Amino acid sequence: MPRPLLELSQVSKSFGGVAALRAVDFELEAGEIHGLVGENGAGKSTLMKIIAGVQTDYDGAMLLSGQPVRFLSPRDARVAGIGMVHQELSAVRDLSVAENVFLGAQPLNRLGLVAWAAMRRQAVEHLQRLEIEVDPGARMGTLSLGLQQLVELARVLFSGARIVILDEPTSALSPPEVERLFGLLRRLRDEGRTFVFISHFLDDVLAISNRLTVFRAGAAVATQSCAGTSKRWVIDRMIGAGHEKLEESYLADIALPRCPAAKTVLAVNGLTRPGAFRNVSFEVRAGEVLGIYGFLGSGQLEVAHALFGHPPASHGSIILDGRSVRLSSAPDARRSGIAFIPESRKMMLFGAEPVYKNMTITILDRIDRLWLRPGVECRIASRHVKQFHIRPPRVERPLSTLSGGNQQKVALAKWLTHLPRVLILAEPTRGMDVGAKDDVVTILRSLREQGLAILVVSSEPETVLSLADRILIMRKGAIVREFAEEPISKDRMLEAA
Amino acid sequence: MSEIPETASLMPTRRMPGWLRSRMRNVAPFATLIALIGFFWAASDSFASVGNLQNILTQISVTGIMAVGLTFVILCAEIDLSVAGIANATGIVVAFFTTQDASVGIANVPLAGWAAICIALASCFVLGAVNAFGLTRIGIPSFIMTLAMLQIAAGISALLVRGQIAYTVPSLVSTLGSRSLGPVPWIVIVAAIFLLAGHVVLTYTRFGRYVYMTGGNREAAEYSGVNTRAILSAVMIISAVCSGIAGMLGVAYFGSAQQNEFDTYLLDSISAVVVGGTSLFGGQGGIGNTIMGLLVLGVLNNGLDHINIDSFLKILIRGVILLAALVINVYAQRLQLTRST
Repeated sequence: MPRPLLELSQVSKSFGGVAALRAVDFELEAGEIHGLVGENGAGKSTLMKIIAGVQTDYDGAMLLSGQPVRFLSPRDARVAGIGMVHQELSAVRDLSVAENVFLGAQPLNRLGLVAWAAMRRQAVEHLQRLEIEVDPGARMGTLSLGLQQLVELARVLFSGARIVILDEPTSALSPPEVERLFGLLRRLRDEGRTFVFISHFLDDVLAISNRLTVFRAGAAVATQSCAGTSKRWVIDRMIGAGHEKLEESYLADIALPRCPAAKTVLAVNGLTRPGAFRNVSFEVRAGEVLGIYGFLGSGQLEVAHALFGHPPASHGSIILDGRSVRLSSAPDARRSGIAFIPESRKMMLFGAEPVYKNMTITILDRIDRLWLRPGVECRIASRHVKQFHIRPPRVERPLSTLSGGNQQKVALAKWLTHLPRVLILAEPTRGMDVGAKDDVVTILRSLREQGLAILVVSSEPETVLSLADRILIMRKGAIVREFAEEPISKDRMLEAA
Repeated sequence: MSEIPETASLMPTRRMPGWLRSRMRNVAPFATLIALIGFFWAASDSFASVGNLQNILTQISVTGIMAVGLTFVILCAEIDLSVAGIANATGIVVAFFTTQDASVGIANVPLAGWAAICIALASCFVLGAVNAFGLTRIGIPSFIMTLAMLQIAAGISALLVRGQIAYTVPSLVSTLGSRSLGPVPWIVIVAAIFLLAGHVVLTYTRFGRYVYMTGGNREAAEYSGVNTRAILSAVMIISAVCSGIAGMLGVAYFGSAQQNEFDTYLLDSISAVVVGGTSLFGGQGGIGNTIMGLLVLGVLNNGLDHINIDSFLKILIRGVILLAALVINVYAQRLQLTRST
């Protein structure tokens, strides 16, 4: 058997005394797609950051093609042929597709200026070879997230990467986009490129990978060929046995419950913002979870933002508790009793600030008069830390020292100290492991029991199915179908969207 | 690829203990201050005396009052380049509405002292409000907006004095600016009160928390329902009013009101905030840091006079110190980031 392309032996890393990786051995064969799975904080990201030269301070050894290497910067890794496509894309939104493909490596003409025509031509060739159909002159920010991701992949490949690390590449993609990505990955693999595929979507990992490695609590607990490996087996390795109820397949019919006869809390009529959504009308009752599902870019996210006034809709009316309200800014919406958890953690958390300040920012005006009361804030925060199982349970720690899933829980907790009238969640479980997802489901169910009107907006069908009592489907900016008091399944939802 | 030599140990992140890394922005200015005091104490006989301490404190007072407002602005990750301009304009306004000696050829409008002070306060408030409007409503970056304001304020100053010099200010202003309460100059007391008030507001009030949050992550503050526009408007106005008051007292302290007399104070007050360790990226630092920065600059300026250094070299040294502070400022930010990944 030939030597592996990349070998890591006994790699350890700890952050402030907390072990993130414990003596991990990891091998990557040339020309394979290697899946990496594990709960949030299990060590996948840390290992990949070491391989990509982002994390430079670690113990252990790394061999690339048999040669010992130690990367001191992402550039070192790039020079050695290792590239990474991050979950939160690092594309430059204001540059064109071609410029993004050539980011940092623009072809120059004899005068040392950027050779625009040549760049455009080469970008077209490169994208065509990858069969990515996109206008190279289009501004990156105007593309769908799925296309941006493909362009980003094109950039990493173009920079000469032999090993490409993909972090949660499918989390923001619709099924056809996932298929397109997988087709591309298979073709590139057959050409000899090597991929590491990190994901929480076990079906995706099993579908695309040749082998997979399972991480648990900073250790690589199993490496296995994917052929013949069941999802059940992987989940057991990830979190141990006895978690059957966490991962339901949602392929079978789920009966949506009878709509309660409770009063309407939020009524939306003819909400429109040109280019984003049009004529959207719905009602959310007390003690109900309304789900809005659509593929990415179908407008559901923009509707959620409009209900928080950020940015507001241009037409239509919003009635809250029977009174017409104007939500022209986020402070307006918050005062009216609307809580909103946006789709990205970066958009609502303060990394350098302690956990408790992150949680109480939304309610400061209720717990304080003139002076801040940190004691009260810490007590409130501690209660939530317990209730949400946030680890480590120390409210004075800077938020950025928590793992991604725990940060997400902080984001949820910050709105729940004083109950709002309406809670809006955008992609509430994106990037979460099954355990954290289950926590969110439990929390939302208990909030529903307390009579809160909840709106869940997502492009992940499982998320909507596991949370919602009633489901609206959006397509291209308009509501196209409502599911209520009837059986529903994932395939029926996808069909309607 | 061949083996990359082990150079990581050259990076201080390896050896520096965690507690020091996270406090770098507080420790560095303090260490600098101690080192400077030690150096000048040893190098000069006249440096270490009660009288000189009084000198230093008096010399940094005008800068100190301006730096309070500027700290709010920089904590929000904005900048105010109009502080010295507004200080100059406000100082001239208060003199313009005060009876001047017959020899002063300014077409001024004498009013009662309290009225002159009120008009001066109103003018700096309005100039700050214009800054705030440009920044939050029109969307002009603060760097450019306040650059324009610097010019506007200089224009107001020029129009009012027309190249002349005014000497008289209302008695309240001249007392606070140039008299002493026992051995302590009033201007030092005023600066101390401003610094203390700024610290209390930033640390113990909701508004202060919002300032830190707006600077730390503006998008997150907005999504938390914080009215970031109101916060930014407030800090621009606070900065302008602090500058205005510094300007009035400064006129009394200098004994004259004229064009361009505050020009060096722009750099001084920004330096004080940044040398003290308040992050240029917003959200980190505070008045404690600003006090450290003021003392470092005050001791440096004063100490250089005591060791008979070439006065032209002095300017260069100040520049180098500012550069060093900027390096530490950016570096402290990076240390914190590496620690938190």
